[in-house]
Order: sequence, then structure tokens, then C-alpha cells
Amino acid sequence: MSQSSQELHLQTLTQLAAGLDSGEFSSVELTQELLARIENLNATLNAFVTVTADQALAAARRADENRAAGNGGALNGLPLVHKDIFCTQGVLTTCGSRMLENFVSPYDAAIVERLASAGAIMLGKTNMDEFAMGSSNETSYFGPVRNPWDLERSPGGSSGGSAAAVAGRLVPAATGTDTGGSIRQPAALTGTVGIKPTYGRVSRYGMIAFASSLDQAGVITRSAEDAALLLGSMAGFDERDSTSIDRPVPDYVAGLSGSLKGLRVGIVRQHFDAGLDVQCGAVVRGSLAELESLGATLTEVDLPNLDLSVPTYCVVAPAECSSNLSRFDGVRFGRRAENPVDLLDLYCRSRGEGFGAEVKRRIMTGTYVLSAGYYDAYYLKAQQVRALISDDFKKAFARVDVIAGPTAPTPAFRLGDKTDDPITMYLNDIYTTGANLAGLPAISVPCGFVEELPIGLHLVGPHFGEEMILRCAHQYQQNTDWHNAAPEAYR
Amino acid sequence: MSLDKDQVQHIAMLARLKLDEDEFDETVEKLSRIVDFVDQLSQAATENVVPMAHPLNAAQRLRPDRVTDAIERDQIQRNSDFVAGGLYLVPKVLD
Repeated sequence: MSQSSQELHLQTLTQLAAGLDSGEFSSVELTQELLARIENLNATLNAFVTVTADQALAAARRADENRAAGNGGALNGLPLVHKDIFCTQGVLTTCGSRMLENFVSPYDAAIVERLASAGAIMLGKTNMDEFAMGSSNETSYFGPVRNPWDLERSPGGSSGGSAAAVAGRLVPAATGTDTGGSIRQPAALTGTVGIKPTYGRVSRYGMIAFASSLDQAGVITRSAEDAALLLGSMAGFDERDSTSIDRPVPDYVAGLSGSLKGLRVGIVRQHFDAGLDVQCGAVVRGSLAELESLGATLTEVDLPNLDLSVPTYCVVAPAECSSNLSRFDGVRFGRRAENPVDLLDLYCRSRGEGFGAEVKRRIMTGTYVLSAGYYDAYYLKAQQVRALISDDFKKAFARVDVIAGPTAPTPAFRLGDKTDDPITMYLNDIYTTGANLAGLPAISVPCGFVEELPIGLHLVGPHFGEEMILRCAHQYQQNTDWHNAAPEAYR
Repeated sequence: MSLDKDQVQHIAMLARLKLDEDEFDETVEKLSRIVDFVDQLSQAATENVVPMAHPLNAAQRLRPDRVTDAIERDQIQRNSDFVAGGLYLVPKVLD
């Protein structure tokens, strides 16, 4: 379908770029159309915390001027939104929390800078689970986000706002972060593409820290092609992030072409067990058969410590978050309790009032596992199991190029369904956390439906294997149509 | 292994978190469930396994000890209402 016959809100970034280049429409027109759509549709979805309309239109005008002058970067005039975990200069940055409800960032995060200098236009900041802690976007201080496929259901989390905005065709692309699955799981539940790069591939400067050894920035888009385009501008060494890896960034878009003939795809024996919804499993098996028809060979691999991924994550992530969130003490920024009687009261009440229940639970879990007498049994032990999990992947990648399976154990669940038992919620990340623990790149692509709810296919690559998983995803999308399906009310 | 109220009170103090009366019981219950859940890790065979702190086992990169901050103090301090002379104001610590 040629781009001119498709409404702007249905087009991908790649299609929009072509339309802008050929002068079919201007950045200003595109921005206005999407802002109008956001105004009409966001109230139901609650995907946005802040809409930056004036700023966006000014940037759109500049983009049009640049284009006319023959200037402009790879993303000139293309619209996107940022998860509210990324610091944006002069713009509210809340991290989905009461703690930061009035925090205006004095600087831009590295990825915000990079995307802006490539010409991208920020339309706003998206809603998210508070401090990125959640798998359903129900822990946000600003209320839950709804899934455009079924408004009674969760879009997943923590990048729920980003996923809902892209799935609802309010914007073509959004940034997100992924610590245990927070880009990929919402992508799976909303029928969008979500990629988490290799640890250290994308700078974390200006990204509010949750778990420093797990967090990574990525994107949610409607195609692997778009993800490749954005990742190209985001990735790369940044000396301001001490965990940033100094390694050249390949041309991810160029890397998309090429057949999957001979690609060795690993299917994890432990994936297709009782924990996976039967219908989901069938849909995912269908997509694996599709990869086979494209020339890939399927081999069974073992990840023997898979069951320990979530418990390991439940020690490591809270431990790191308890340290990272200690900076929110009411003194320099963020919520400060009124009339504190002493410094201790200032700390305890600012934090008690500023943080929601899930965040407090994770901080306390982390504090406990790091405390004297428990450190060895929990944190040290978890770090050892992490090494085992990482090793499992290494062994698997000696035999296969890519590991494929379901992204999430079920389709989107109803809001309120999993909020009583924290463990039930954490188990949403059973297939995704391994990639965070081992620092591996991973992507979720839409691969079918169960009772009209989207299902995601999860592809994991070896370290710095973004090109490979993007190519695999792109070739799959050249031969299937799942990623083009839009929810009824949002077409 | 379940946690008791005293333990949770102690952890909350370490974490400098004030918990409300009405959220306290629920917190004890949920934290206990989480601790029970992570107790599974004790079953893993980890003898002689080197703990993994960094997913790529990379070493900490160092840089020369030179001041490089580019953000103006005034700009940063705009996020607090309790600033005077470039200092942050807090309740008295020493008598």
C-alpha cells in the first residue's frame, strides 16, 4: 500500500520519512494531525503524562525549514514520544511518581539529545509504572494506562504509556526502558515491536536509574525497520555513562536485508511448559514455522536455570533500586514533606509520601537482601545464579544464532487481575528477564492473536547481535502482516 | 521464610521509609511472599561460581579526575524551594 493512500497516523516512521522527503506533507501538518489525535484519544488511554504541543510545533517548523534548505538529520521531522523516565530539559519528568510530580529536568538525557539532533520531534512524555517498577502500568501515580485493543486490559509495563501510544496510532514511535522486560512485554501485549539492546549499547545518561546493571533504553515502534532507524541514532558510546560500551554502531537499516536461509533458531525446551498459555504457545509455534519457511533451521536448546530468572531478578533489581532510589531524600529535588521535625523525619516522610506501595516494597526487598546477615544468602547468591543464567545463554549461542519463543506467558490481562499478589505480576517477565540478566539484545514482534488480543514473538541474540535480531524480525515482517493490524477504535 | 513486623519495621528504618499504619500489615504480608519466592535461589548449585556484577563482565571505566560538569548550579537548584546562597536548607542536624 503506497504511503499516500494511507492516513498519516497509520504510517510507520519509514513511510512518513518518504512522505516528508517527497513533499506530500510537511512536518507541521504531520505534527498537528498527531497532536489532534492525542487530544481526542488520550483521555481514554491515559498514555501521556505531558504533551509538549508548542515545543513540538516549533521543532516541526524548524524541521521543515531544514528540509527546505537541504539540511536535517536522519530523523528530520519525524515525531516520537519519550517515556517519562528520560530527563527532558525544561519539561516535566515524573517517572510516573508523586515523588517527581513537579520535577522539571535541567538537562536532556543522552538519547533525547541524540534523537533531537537527528531531527526527531518530541510530542510528549508517556505514562509508566512508577520508577519503572511494574509489568502492567498500574503502579503509576498518574493512573493506569489502558490497552487500545481492550480498554479493560493492561497494555503491560513498565513502558505501558509508550506501547499504548504507538499501538493506538497516536504516534508512530516511542522510547522506553527495559530492566526485566519493560519494553518487550508491553510491545507483545499491544501488538507492537519493542527492542532492548545489548547492555551498554545505548547511553543511560539522563535515564532515571532503577537497576543499574539491568536497565537499558530502547524503542517501541510498529515495525522492525523503524526500530532499526531509531536505534541507529540512539546507540553509541557516551563518556557520561560509565557503563557505556565503546564499540562502533553498525548501519542497522542496511543490515535488515538478507535472507534467513541457514539461520539457526533455538527453541527453548523450558519455554513450552505449564506456565505458558496453551493458545499463546500455539500462535508462537506458528511463527516459528514461518521462520522455518523463510529458511531458518529450528533446534532445541536448554536454558536449565530459566526458572530461577525471576527469583534472581527479584533480588538483584530491588537491591540495585534500593541504592538508586536513596537519592530521593527530599533535600535537593523531588517531594519534600512539610514541617519536618528533624532530618530523619524529612527523609522518612518525604519518601513515605512520595513513593507508591510497589516502589516501597522493592526498596525494602532490596534493603533486606543487602542487609547484614542476609547479603550472602540473597544478593551474593543471586549474583552467582546470574552467572549461571548468563552461562546457559552462552552455551546455547554456541549452537544457535538466535533464541526464539514467546515474549509473555499470556495475552493482555485485565486491569486489577494481578495486583493482589506481587509474585503473579513478576511472573509476567518469565521469558524476558533472562536477556536483562545476561545483558543480551532482544526484540518482541507481533506474531498473531488469541481471542483478538496480540501475541509477541521474542527473539534474543548474542551480545551486540542487534543487527541479527532486527533482520530476523524484519524478514518475518516482510512475510507476515500481524504488525499492520490496528485496534478497531484506533484505525 | 516469612518476615515479622519487627523485621519490617527495621527494614523500613534502614530504607528511611515511613509506612502508614494501614499499609503496614499488607507490606509485611507481601514482603514475606517475596522473600519466600526468592528463597528458591538457595537450591541452585553455585559452588565456585564467580558472582556476576556486570552482564558483560566489564571493568569499571575510569576517567581523569577533572571537573567537567556543565550544568549551572542555579539551574539545578530550581528544583528545590529550600535553597539559600547556593546551599540546600534542612532541619538542624547538630545542636
